[in-house]
Parts: sequence; structure tokens; C-alpha cells
Amino acid sequence: MFKENKITIKDFSFYYQSIQALRDISLDIRPQEIFVIFGPARSGKTTLLKSLNRLTDLIFGTTHTGTIFLDGLDIYDPKISLTHLRRRVGMVFDLPTPLPLSIFDNVAYGPKLKGTIQKRRLNEIVEKALRSAVLWEEVKDRLHASALRLSGGQQQRLCIARILALEPEVLLLDEPCSGLDPISTASIEETLNQLKKEYTIILIPHNVQQASRVADRAAFFLNGELIEEGPVYKMFTRPRDKRTEDYVTGKFG
Amino acid sequence: MKIRQTRYLTQMVAKILIWIAAFFTMAVMALIIFQVLSEGLPVLSPGFFLETPRSMGREGGILSPIIGTIALTVVAIIVATPLGIGTAIFLWEYTREGRISRIIRFGIGCLAGVPSIIFGLFGFVFFVIYLNMGWSILSGGLALAAMILPTVICTTEEALKAIPYSFREVSYSLGGTKWQTVTRAVLPNALPGIFTGIILGICRSIEETAVVILTAGSSLIIPTSLFSPVRTMSVHFYILAREGISMEMAYGTGATLIILVLLVNTIANWLLNRYIRHRA
Repeated sequence: MFKENKITIKDFSFYYQSIQALRDISLDIRPQEIFVIFGPARSGKTTLLKSLNRLTDLIFGTTHTGTIFLDGLDIYDPKISLTHLRRRVGMVFDLPTPLPLSIFDNVAYGPKLKGTIQKRRLNEIVEKALRSAVLWEEVKDRLHASALRLSGGQQQRLCIARILALEPEVLLLDEPCSGLDPISTASIEETLNQLKKEYTIILIPHNVQQASRVADRAAFFLNGELIEEGPVYKMFTRPRDKRTEDYVTGKFG
Repeated sequence: MKIRQTRYLTQMVAKILIWIAAFFTMAVMALIIFQVLSEGLPVLSPGFFLETPRSMGREGGILSPIIGTIALTVVAIIVATPLGIGTAIFLWEYTREGRISRIIRFGIGCLAGVPSIIFGLFGFVFFVIYLNMGWSILSGGLALAAMILPTVICTTEEALKAIPYSFREVSYSLGGTKWQTVTRAVLPNALPGIFTGIILGICRSIEETAVVILTAGSSLIIPTSLFSPVRTMSVHFYILAREGISMEMAYGTGATLIILVLLVNTIANWLLNRYIRHRA
């Protein structure tokens, strides 16, 4: 069963202190697909996403039951290397978060942490990552300018490039277009479609329309529960659950 | 109509009061600097900086107090900077708010409120007598380090607090360890704030009298090692004025002190702006 799935989430529940954020989630995510997790605010989407590379560990007082497998490997195994896990499962946050460094240094940040220091190798990595994130043409002449001077959409693509520089296997994107205008959003969605060929992408869209535009399969979350999952066209045309239907047709949300 | 008049009046009164407050602050500062400089500047000459004091400081220059001041400050900063920054990083990055961090913070708060003469007494009893370092640059520098430690810790912690959580989250998500995250994503951005704390520490060390007089002695001989006793400019000023040796020389020393502090601040500001501009 692990062979064909990139990620297997098994009976996963998550708690902040005594508040339960996720209830018994079981979910399979296949390689080379865009999997969308959608639902109203506070439904546990971000928690699930951050659990996938254990960024939730940074928050004090969290506990979980059940577990998550990446290529059949239990990511909550105490022997696992967290830094290695986070390089394999990269995350892009809801607001563009460039570090106050140059464009080049932002992209080279991860490889440098890993110990890559040869200038030529770094140049290659940075160029490849920026090309994959469809940002290279816009910034190739000012790689050493501050990343903070880029526009919001460029900054977000820079954040994607920064992750790609580590050559991860899975990309987690938490509402990557929430602060962006429609044109930047379109360019990011186009980027994601390119990236799908090589990466497994898990995306929290910032609205239902985006989910229907980019996703292969989707899961609908409500109050920490997985209500329904399946191919996206099915969920939007013939949802099995009444609550999914109400949400995608805009009755609540 | 009436309400509008009262509002206008309040506005005017507030404006005047604020102006008066600012004016008095500036006036006091300007008066002190003016008084010391007007009495002290005529004394200054190349010889004043390059000669050691003769006949108790009545003649000659203040070379040895200048060297003493710089030596003590350097020792104090070398000791206090790593300790202070380390403590602040421990408190803010490595521990969760809990009993231990509260106890440490309480201790730092108390330390900050202790009068400097107490640090002097502590330095005298502990470094000079108990550790047998005698009146020396080392004893004085260590006592000064203890005095400026709370300043360095507090300013560093404030600087760390000002770094957005997202910087840390990004660094971790890119496979950074805690140490890498602190040294590469947090510290470079907190540096201007930390630097300000160090400058405050330097200025306090330069000016301090009570601590130094009890721990570094008041020798007028040019020091040859860390264990030599020295006299700082502020102690020199104190002794010259208090024992009526020479008011003229005392003012010369005071003027030199003020110029040194202004110089340190100006250079620090210049360096800071350069660093910020370079990164932005």
C-alpha cells in the first residue's frame, strides 16, 4: 500500500493543549498530483499541512495520536532526522516571507544550511530553482538586490524557488496566493502546473474556485474532520456529502 | 462652539507643555556640555593627551588615565558582550517562559537596579581581595562587566523579540537546526539592536567612577599588564576636583571624557547606518 502513495496519513489526531484540531484523519496522497485541502477557517487545514513536515513541533504543548508515513517511513519515528524531513517536505507559507537578504541568498539559504558552499554549485542551484519557479527571467539581472524590493507575487515565487533549491519531494503550500492580485495568482498557478510533473503538491487554496482550477484530487475539511475526499471534478459536481455541497455552492463558508 | 473652543485650548496647552519639557531637557544637556567644554577646552593641547600627569596631576597631561579608561572598557566589553548576548539568546530562543527564565529575568532586573558603588564593593571584596587580583585592570574590567551585563542582556533580548517569528519558521522549514536558525536568520537581523546595547555598555564603562575607584585603584603610572593598577579619566577628574589639586586640569579631563563619549556614539551611529544600508 505504501508503494503507490507518497504520503499516508493514518488515524491522525492533533491537539493544541486540550483543544483538538484534527480528528482521526486518514488520507492517501499520490505522487505527482496536486492535492487540495479546502474548507472554512479553523477546520484544521494548516495544522495538517504543518504536521506533514513537523513544523508543529515548534509550538509548545501540542500532542498527536496516529501517525503519518512518507514513502512508508514513519515521520514521527524518534530516530528520524527533522532537518532531513523538512528538506524532503518543503513548505510555502500564506504570506510571502522572504528573509531580509538578497534574492540570491534567499534561494541559497537552504543549500548553504545543508553544507553546499562552492560558489559555482550554488549558482547552478539558484538558477535552476528560479527557473523552475518561473522567476528567473524577471530577476536574473539583479540577483544581489534585496528580496524585499520584489513585488508580492515575485516574493511568493521566490519562496517557492527557495524550497525548490533543496530539491524536495513534496511541496506544501498554505494559501500561497492569499495576499496576491489575480495576475500574480495566475502566474503562481501556472508555476504549480509546471511543478506537478516532478513534485507531489499539497495545496490549501484561498478560495473554492482556485481548488477547482488547479487540483487533481481534493479533501474537504470541517471542524478538524475529513468530510469527503476524491477527484476534484467529482467533489464539485456530485459531492457525496451534503456539507460539501453546501460549501462548494457557497451556502456557507 | 464651546466644545470647539475647549478643544482648541487643550490642544494649545498640551503643545506648550510638551515644548517646555523638550526645551528644559535640551537646556540642561546643553548647559552641562557647554560648562565643561568652555572651562575644559582651553586646557586641551597635544601635550595634554600625550604626557602622563606630573605632581599628582597638577601638571603634565592625562595619558595614563586615557589608557586606563580604554583598557578597562575593553576588558569589560570583551567579557560582558558574549555573556550578555549568550544569556539573552538562552532566555529568548532556548527556553520557554517558565520558572527558570522568570528567576533569571528577576535577577537581571535586580542587577540593573543595584547602585554602582555596590558593584564596586563586590568587585573589591571578590576580585581584588578574595581572588587576589589586587587593584588592577582585570579586577576593574570584570566589575564593570558585571555592572553593564543587565544592559547588554536587556537590549539584546529586546532586539531578538523584534525579529518576526516567520524568520525562524522559514529557517526551520528549510532544514535549519536551532543553532543555524539563530545564527543565520535571527542574529544578523538583531545585530543593530544588540550593537546599541553594547554602545550603551561602552559609554557606561567609560563614565563609571564608583566601581573603578574601588577595583582598579588610582595609579598614575602607565599600565604594563592586565594586573597593573590604573586610574580612569572619571576617577582622575574626581580626585583632582575633590582634593582641590587643580580645577583647571579637572575640567580638561572632563572635556576629554565628554568628547570621547560623543566620538564613540558618532562612530557607532555611522557604523550602524552603514550596516543597515548595506543589508537593505
